[in-house]
Amino acid sequence: MKATQGSWPEELHRTLKAANVRQVGYVPDAGHKRLIELCLADKGLRAVVLSTEEEGIGLAAGAWLGGERAALLMQSSGVGNCINALGTVRECRFPLLMLVTMRGQKGEFNPWQVPMGQATPAVLEAMGVVVQEANAAEEIVPAVDAAARLAFGSYQAVAVLISQAVIGIKSFQEQAAR
Amino acid sequence: MKATLHRRDVASTLLEDRGELLVVAGLGSTSWDITATGDSPLSFPLWGAMGSAAMMGLGLALARPRRRVLVLTGDGEMLMGLGSLATIGVQRPRNLAIVVVDNERYGETGMQRTHTAAGVDLAKVAKACGFKSANLVRSKGQLTRLRAAIHRASGPLFAQVKVVAEKIPLVLPPRDGSLLKTRFRRALLGESADLD
Repeated sequence: MKATQGSWPEELHRTLKAANVRQVGYVPDAGHKRLIELCLADKGLRAVVLSTEEEGIGLAAGAWLGGERAALLMQSSGVGNCINALGTVRECRFPLLMLVTMRGQKGEFNPWQVPMGQATPAVLEAMGVVVQEANAAEEIVPAVDAAARLAFGSYQAVAVLISQAVIGIKSFQEQAAR
Repeated sequence: MKATLHRRDVASTLLEDRGELLVVAGLGSTSWDITATGDSPLSFPLWGAMGSAAMMGLGLALARPRRRVLVLTGDGEMLMGLGSLATIGVQRPRNLAIVVVDNERYGETGMQRTHTAAGVDLAKVAKACGFKSANLVRSKGQLTRLRAAIHRASGPLFAQVKVVAEKIPLVLPPRDGSLLKTRFRRALLGESADLD
């Protein structure tokens, strides 16, 4: 079944389960709202609300030390909070799966989001994270499925950047209403 | 009140007969402290990621709920990841202990005073975040009781152990992060972890 605008969070949840992800660390983003709800409702997953995205890097590394797989959900602004911790992921060759909803990118309405949003791919790549982009709803699930295989099969740090065009929030008012 | 406990005695008391205890140590003096008690594959001494030790302990404790997990870290390292106390307070893993060896100094960079030297009370922060117990430890008797609690008490538990600010010889663990990770997983999960 082709993922439509509405169903990709449900399919993404099933994809994470199929990849045997057991811990999901997140700082909320409007684009991840449905997926976070699904993770919180799933007794087979531990959804961990983080006070800052950097905590998720430690969580995922600790999970792997204990034999579990983790995934992190965050907005692009949160990528900047992870930079130094990503050095440890690289040095220790921890697998890492990050799902990043983009801001400051396609049709941004908040200028303060633009610098970090525009720098997100470069910052991740500078720290040795493989960056894969999903630019349409139907690309998200295959991209995350492939990213999970790359992360856990080949011990890589991988980030899937989900385009702002997919999330499609166009104003503060619309964001607040979600 | 002047501290009387010495950090290496704190590490050796807490890790005595450690059995199956899993240990994460923060950058940097606590990594040297646990190594001085004897290097172990079930120890993960951090050489980087300052501020991340408590969260690595959380991920590990959630992954292995039947094993006891001790995070031993310094006051400077804990201050950098203060929010993680709130995050742990939400998850409340029963098998996790966070022990801060508090010399009120940044020990690796010239012994500059940290926030705890000015009275910031980490144990009260942990208590307010929902840790089941959170105590200040100043005496050998309290330290011995803390060791027992790390192995038996229902957590999450937190302790802030006041120690003398002293420069002591470095006892360094292996530096190769990939090696430290792989040997930890083998010791905990068996060699089949290599095929995971």
